[in-house]
Amino acid sequence: MGRIAAPARTRRIRGLSDKAIAWAFIAPTMVLLLAINIFPLIWTIYLSFTNYQANRPNRPITYVGTKWYRDILGSPDVWAAMQATAHFVFWTILLQTLIGFGLAYLIDRKFRGHAFWTTIILVPMMLSPAVVGNFWKFLYQPQIGLFNSIVSFFTGIEPSSFEMLGSVSLSPWSIIIVDTWMWTPYVMLICLAGLRSIPDYIYEAAEVDRASLWRQFWSITLPMALPFIMLAVLFRGIENFKMFDMVNLLTGGGPGSTTEVASITLKREAFEKWRTGYSSAFAIILFVAVFGLANIYVKALNRVKQR
Amino acid sequence: MSDLLNRFMRFRRGPWENLATLVIAAGVLMLMQPLSLTLYTWSFATMLAGTVMFVIVSKFPE
Repeated sequence: MGRIAAPARTRRIRGLSDKAIAWAFIAPTMVLLLAINIFPLIWTIYLSFTNYQANRPNRPITYVGTKWYRDILGSPDVWAAMQATAHFVFWTILLQTLIGFGLAYLIDRKFRGHAFWTTIILVPMMLSPAVVGNFWKFLYQPQIGLFNSIVSFFTGIEPSSFEMLGSVSLSPWSIIIVDTWMWTPYVMLICLAGLRSIPDYIYEAAEVDRASLWRQFWSITLPMALPFIMLAVLFRGIENFKMFDMVNLLTGGGPGSTTEVASITLKREAFEKWRTGYSSAFAIILFVAVFGLANIYVKALNRVKQR
Repeated sequence: MSDLLNRFMRFRRGPWENLATLVIAAGVLMLMQPLSLTLYTWSFATMLAGTVMFVIVSKFPE
């Protein structure tokens, strides 16, 4: 009888119900989430409707309505920053997807030493963006940089005749090259997961039907790996949309405002011009864009899960 | 056309989520396009509408 009553006794530990114990476990995380994510978000929304300046905390806060939103969404400068972001996002995604899928396709062939080469390819992704930014700064040095020397070796152009980070036309590409170098392995990993999920019997059936390799690629490989490619594209799109560290380390938004992506503009408005209300409104606009893209990302993820 | 309308009127998640996704994607494109300042000005409203719509319609039954 005592044994039968034991579960009933364990259900209440020192007077706490199961529900209370569950809440006790969840509460620290909930409090942390509220303090770190939800409260700052609500506070930023509030500040975006005020003239608050963080460097003048004692100044009375006045309500300005949607002024900052109208200013931002009518400003040609912010629009230019958005276009710089779009240029960066478009080219990095295109290059990373093409190279990443190509590498995944090669690695999937399981040639001799493929595990070693997979590890080598994955190394850039494991480095800190701060480290990557700093050593690419050295690589891009016109006099001593390895990048300029390699370009000079292949094209015959004098190494010191061009400056990747200081030139208006080349600096956006310098960031695109670094981001592609660093994050292509990530895209490769996702594509590799997609390629490995295709069952062998489909290829065997295609071979029985005498389908060429080209036909197998277009009719089997690509359509079946497409949800994974879409996932990689969306994830990199969201990440690159809010890219800050690499751009800040490499060019700081310069020369002029050539590489001034949205996050750099946001930093300048918030911590150089101290327009906290304005920058809060800008942050909310970027947040809505990222949140919207994240919704699409979750939808794509669910579609991949259903496969 | 009437079939598409019927699917929307049954308030099922699939078609409404697709519509919300299209609205969000249109908003993001409007935000980043280099052609028209007017489109850029209306991008935030479009993205916000799409996102709110997505949050609501994701609660619809399958």
